[in-house]
This record gives sequence, structure tokens and C-alpha cells, in this order.
Amino acid sequence: MSHVARGTGRGGFITGFLILPLALYLTFVIWPYIQTFGYSFTNWSGQSPTFRFVGLDNYAALMKDEVFRGALWHNLLLLVFVPVITILLALFFAFMVNAGGRSGAGGVRGVRGSGLYKIVYFFPQVLSLAILAVLFGAVYRSDAGGLLNGFLTRLGLVDPAHPVEWLNEPNLVLWCLLMVVVWHGVGFYLVLFSAAMQSIPKDIYEAALLDGAGRAQTFFKVTLPLLWDSVQTSAVYLGIAAMDMFVLVSTMTSGQFGGGPDHHSEVMATVLMRNFLYFGKSGYACAMGVVMLVLTMILSIVTLRATRRERIEF
Amino acid sequence: MTTVIKAPGEPAAERPGGGRPAKEGGKGPSDGMVLNVFSHGFLAVWAILIVLPLIWLALGSFKTDSQIGGSALSWPSHWHFDAFSRAWDKGIGDYFAHTLIVLVFSVPLTMLLGSMAAYVLARYPFPGNRILYYFFVSGAMFPVFLALVPLFFMVKRLDMLNTYQGLILVYVAYSMPFTVFFMHSFFRTLPTAVHEAAVIDGASDTRIFFQVMLPMAKPGLISVGIFNVLGQWNQYILPSVLMQPQSGSDPERYMLTQGLIQLQYQMGYETDLPVLFAGVTLAMIPMLVVYLSFQRQIQAGLTSATLK
Repeated sequence: MSHVARGTGRGGFITGFLILPLALYLTFVIWPYIQTFGYSFTNWSGQSPTFRFVGLDNYAALMKDEVFRGALWHNLLLLVFVPVITILLALFFAFMVNAGGRSGAGGVRGVRGSGLYKIVYFFPQVLSLAILAVLFGAVYRSDAGGLLNGFLTRLGLVDPAHPVEWLNEPNLVLWCLLMVVVWHGVGFYLVLFSAAMQSIPKDIYEAALLDGAGRAQTFFKVTLPLLWDSVQTSAVYLGIAAMDMFVLVSTMTSGQFGGGPDHHSEVMATVLMRNFLYFGKSGYACAMGVVMLVLTMILSIVTLRATRRERIEF
Repeated sequence: MTTVIKAPGEPAAERPGGGRPAKEGGKGPSDGMVLNVFSHGFLAVWAILIVLPLIWLALGSFKTDSQIGGSALSWPSHWHFDAFSRAWDKGIGDYFAHTLIVLVFSVPLTMLLGSMAAYVLARYPFPGNRILYYFFVSGAMFPVFLALVPLFFMVKRLDMLNTYQGLILVYVAYSMPFTVFFMHSFFRTLPTAVHEAAVIDGASDTRIFFQVMLPMAKPGLISVGIFNVLGQWNQYILPSVLMQPQSGSDPERYMLTQGLIQLQYQMGYETDLPVLFAGVTLAMIPMLVVYLSFQRQIQAGLTSATLK
């Protein structure tokens, strides 16, 4: 007999166990997903029960929508910088934590207190984005009461009469938001990479050592290739996070559902929400949802392909 | 690309700390010392960057509003807790309660329904099994924004906007893909012998699931449980669309995350920032306590959740 139970009369059991989860999932996840595609071809306002089929009009309008195009551009910028900065910092710290210690008689090891570092670094991960939004809203305050301006003033780098308007400065706002995402994510990916590093068998290092490899060489020639799977996964996850950004942008920047000043921090999700809940253009918002889906799909495939390496077994 | 040659079979030398192998003797110690200082420096700077804003925010709860606006680096002049009690009265207590009410139902329900589906899909072959599995799992790939507009009207049609039960069901549904995915791989690894023994003893399928399989899957349940608790506790987008008062007489049932953002707007007008800071600090404390008590499981749970 195979590991699975066989026999008659299981049909009822199988159905019984699947029916509720499936019903919920279909009602609240799958059906709305499917409906989005349908609505994206209509001029539905969301309020009135009537709407009419408009074909690809919404998509054509999207292409001409300056605000949406700007948002798309910001998402793409974030898409490049968020994963790159976060992963590089996380790799750097993970290597420090695991191999930065003094080499005694026995060998190179992690720094003292590496456990403590991991605890501290990881903590932002369990905080909600809403907490981050309030916290960094205060840090980036545009007067001497903001932590950043307070520090820079004290150091004499900023004129107290003209503090930096972090979140109101068109050229700065997006980078300020990016730093919040990095601050939030580094610890998590550090722990992830760290776990992967520790699962690498010691005898591989032994071999590298016998061949006379230095620490940097060990990292680039041994550790990094063996971590590649985790790096790849991380890139996809961070990319998906960079496509979203709704919570931070909508709560930290000015404007209805954020995006200010003057659309300089606009992302697709905020444009979507504004069109849906504020302008009452549900069909149009659905078209944006579809564009976001397509881009997310492309992103995942491209990331996985572009970072493809020969898988190394150990 | 780099090829890695398997090391010869000789066992590795005894190495304390379990880190990386030693560099060659002569230049080793001094080189290691420099790196040690160097790495501690960088690590400490980042640790400060994490901790400092959090402590600064908590200290803000004890300042006066003008002190907060005046200078970021001022030390609180008095150590009263009145901002905390005002924050509690402003609704933080209620937001906590609302979030707890939802999670008390949504997390166990997620675990139960998710495990049931995963169990059947993992251990009972039937036509369409694979298709159904991929169907369940594929939901994790789509951005939630894609579904938001129709979801709102679906919940509205069911007359469940701004109700706990509505949000509970939506949370359970959106946690389903990942829970099924994770538990599926877990149930597959459980030994078959136990299952067969239970069958011979005459236990029914349902009974086997609840009394044999579920207890055996406990480590997996804990990992997914942590993931779901954190995910649902921190959820912002779903409640901000589904949990708005629908009319003047409809009471507000904001979740904690929503409530904090609400408080931020409100305190911006009322210029009572200590209340906002106290509110955020209050919202952070349970997370800090839970995290410090379970940090090992949380780190392991979340990282394995990502990699699986």
C-alpha cells in the first residue's frame, strides 16, 4: 500500500475537508482577481450599478496618464535600488557577523555578540509598516524637531533657519522612502543569508583554505556562489515589495493617498487607490491592477532568468 | 562560473565557534584583529541606526509638544505617563481590542482550514489533485492590489463591510495560499507507518487527521502560525479598504495599524504629538515582548517561510 490511503468512501472525507477552504478562497481571492480583468474593460464607477464595455479605452488612457507614467517610473527606480542596496548591505553584514571575528588559533569566526546583532537587526521586521510610517514621519520632520534635521543641525551641516524638507523636497522624497524600506529589510535578509552561510559544509572552506584562498577570495569564490539561491529569492521578494510601497507612500507623503509633493513620490498603488476610492473610477483602477500584475510577473521571470547560475550542489 | 570542488573526505579540524576556516598562520592574528575592529565598527553603527530612532520615539512620549517641535535632541523634562493614558483614551486601547478580536478567530481558522486543505492535497490522490494544489498556491503570486476593487464590492454584497466577521474571512482567505503551500510540504514528510497503524486500529480519516497528523505537524504549524500572526497583525491595506464606517451611525472598528495612521492625522491637527508617540510606543511594546521571547522561532519561522 502506498503512503496514501486508498479505498472507497474517501470521497466524502476529501470533499468535506476541501469544501470550506476552497469556498473561502474562491469567493475572496480568485473571483475578485478574475473580476478585475473584466472590470478593467468597463467604465464602471463603482457606485452606479450600470456600466458599459469600453474595450481597451482604460489601457489607452493609462498610457497617456502622466501621473501613472510617473508612478511607473518611480516603481521601476525602486525596483532597481531597493533590492540592490538591501542585498548588498545584508550580505556585507552577514559576512561580518559570520566571519568578521578575530582569527584565533582555531580559525576565523563570527564576531563576538553576533547573536545580539542578529536580534537587534531583525527587530524592524516584526514592526508593522504603519509604525514605520509614523516613526519615520517624525524622523524626517522638516523642522528642528525631526531626528535627522536635529542631528545635522547639531553637527552644523544644516542651517537651523532652513532645515531640509526631506519629504517635501521633490528630489529627495523617493530616496527618503527608499531608506525606510532598506532600514526595515536589511536585518531580515542578514538572518536569511546568515542561515544559508551556516549551512555550507565546513570542508569546502577547508579545501579553499588548503588552496591558499584569502578571506575576500573565500567570500567571492565560495560563499557567494553557494548563497546564490537565497540571493535570487531575496531579489524577487524585494522586487515585489518595491512594486507595492502603498503603505509608506500613502501615509508619509502629502496628497490624497500620498504621492506628493506634486506627484514626485507617486507609485502605481497610490494612483490606483486614489482612482478607486477618491475619483470613483473603479474600472480604470482595475486596469492599473492588471498592469501591476503583468509587471510583477515580468519582474519575477526576468529576475530569476537574469540571475540564473548553474546550481551548485553540496 | 566558479566551480567548487568537494573537499577530500578528511574530517575538518576541531574549530571553536563554528565559523570560517583559519587563514594561514603567520599573518593570521593581526589581520584578524584589524578585521575584527573594522567589522565591529560597521555592525555597531548599523545597530545604533536601528535602535536610536526607536528609543528617540519612545522618549518623545514623555516630552511636551513644544519640546518635540523645538529640538529633536532635547531630553524629556518630565517623566509622567499621561501621554500614554491619553493615547489609550484616544482609541489605542480599542484598536488593540479590535485587532485581537479579529486575530483570535482568524489565526486559528487559517491554521485549521489551511491544514485541512493541505493535508488532503498532500496525502490523498484524486483526480485534479495537482491542479487544485497549484490553484491554491498561485494566489500567493498576485499582488493584493489586483483584487482590491472587486473584493470591496464582494464584501459589500455580503453585507460584511466594517464587520469583524468580514475581515476574519478575508484574512483567512488571503492567508490560504501560503499556509497550504507550507503545510503541504510538511504533511508530505510525515511517516506513513503511523498513518497505516492508525488505519489498522480502525481510526477514521477525520480522527487520524486531528489526533495523529495534526499533533505530529506541530513544528510546521508553529512556523506558519508565527507567519500568519505577524502578517495579519501588521496588515494595513485590507482593513483600510474593508473596515471604514459605512454611515454616520456605524461605529468605527479600526485595526491597530489603521488606528495609528488615524491618530497621526488627528494629532497633526490637534498638535499633540506626545500622544502619537505614546500610541506608537504602546503598539510597539507587545511586538517587542513577543519578539524577545520568541526571537529564535520568529527568525527561523520567517526565514524558512521565505525560502520554502
